[in-house]
Amino acid sequence: MVYLTRVEHFNAAHKLYNPSWTREKNDEVFGKCANENWHGHNFELFVTVKGTPDTETGFIVDAKWLSKIIKDRIIEKLDHRNLNLDVDFMRGKMCSIENLVTGIWDELAPLMPGGVELHCLKLVETPRIYVEYYGG
Amino acid sequence: MSGLVGGNIPLMERKVSVFRKEHFNAAHRLNNPAWDEQKNRDVFGKCNLPHYHGHNYELVVKVTGIPDPQTGYVMDMKVLSDIVRERVLERFDHRNLNLDTEEFRNLNPTAENIAIVIYELLRPVIAAEHDLQIRLYETPRNFVEYPV
Repeated sequence: MVYLTRVEHFNAAHKLYNPSWTREKNDEVFGKCANENWHGHNFELFVTVKGTPDTETGFIVDAKWLSKIIKDRIIEKLDHRNLNLDVDFMRGKMCSIENLVTGIWDELAPLMPGGVELHCLKLVETPRIYVEYYGG
Repeated sequence: MSGLVGGNIPLMERKVSVFRKEHFNAAHRLNNPAWDEQKNRDVFGKCNLPHYHGHNYELVVKVTGIPDPQTGYVMDMKVLSDIVRERVLERFDHRNLNLDTEEFRNLNPTAENIAIVIYELLRPVIAAEHDLQIRLYETPRNFVEYPV
């Protein structure tokens, strides 16, 4: 079993705000991240797949193909967007990186070809904050 | 002390640059209100999308001068850190540059203009005999410097 990781990036705005709470409670829990008019980040997405290298190609998966589906299905929806307002798979959810990474997982996991599994997503929000998700 | 330094340049004539790195996260969009929607889209592309996007801005403040003979400092880095936090980070961190700041109410918040604004905010509180230069990273791959 070999693991292959593709790194992509996108820039987006968001805010952390729970509409069922008061403004005061949102400020208390989310601090500056609750700013009404949004803030933003340069996000880095690490997509790791696992599989056995094909005997003919030596590939687990064609890295170019992996890049293209990440770009077409994820980056296209997120890059230079407002994560709260513009992204179909985040609608009705709190816009934390925890929820974003599981949302991305649900988009990508069904697209893996036979013999290839999505193993891990790592989503970096700032150079000092990131999350990892292994499914389940 | 002079024995530690080679060459013939006296210590009191040696200019040194000191740098302080900080960061802030903000939303923005690029839009010229004098243009119609189509022209804004053509020129600014995805950066013109209406609901804003955002960046982790990395700021490098460079101060150049002759180290003070009493302290050995060009500038106390704690003081520089406090100045940058009070004058820049508290203004811009976790804000929407277009909507939440006076500075960009009528100025397009490009990396170029943000660097110029930060320079203008800091210049009055940096000693006149010191040179100041701003380097601003909008992404790990795009950055600007001012003045040049």
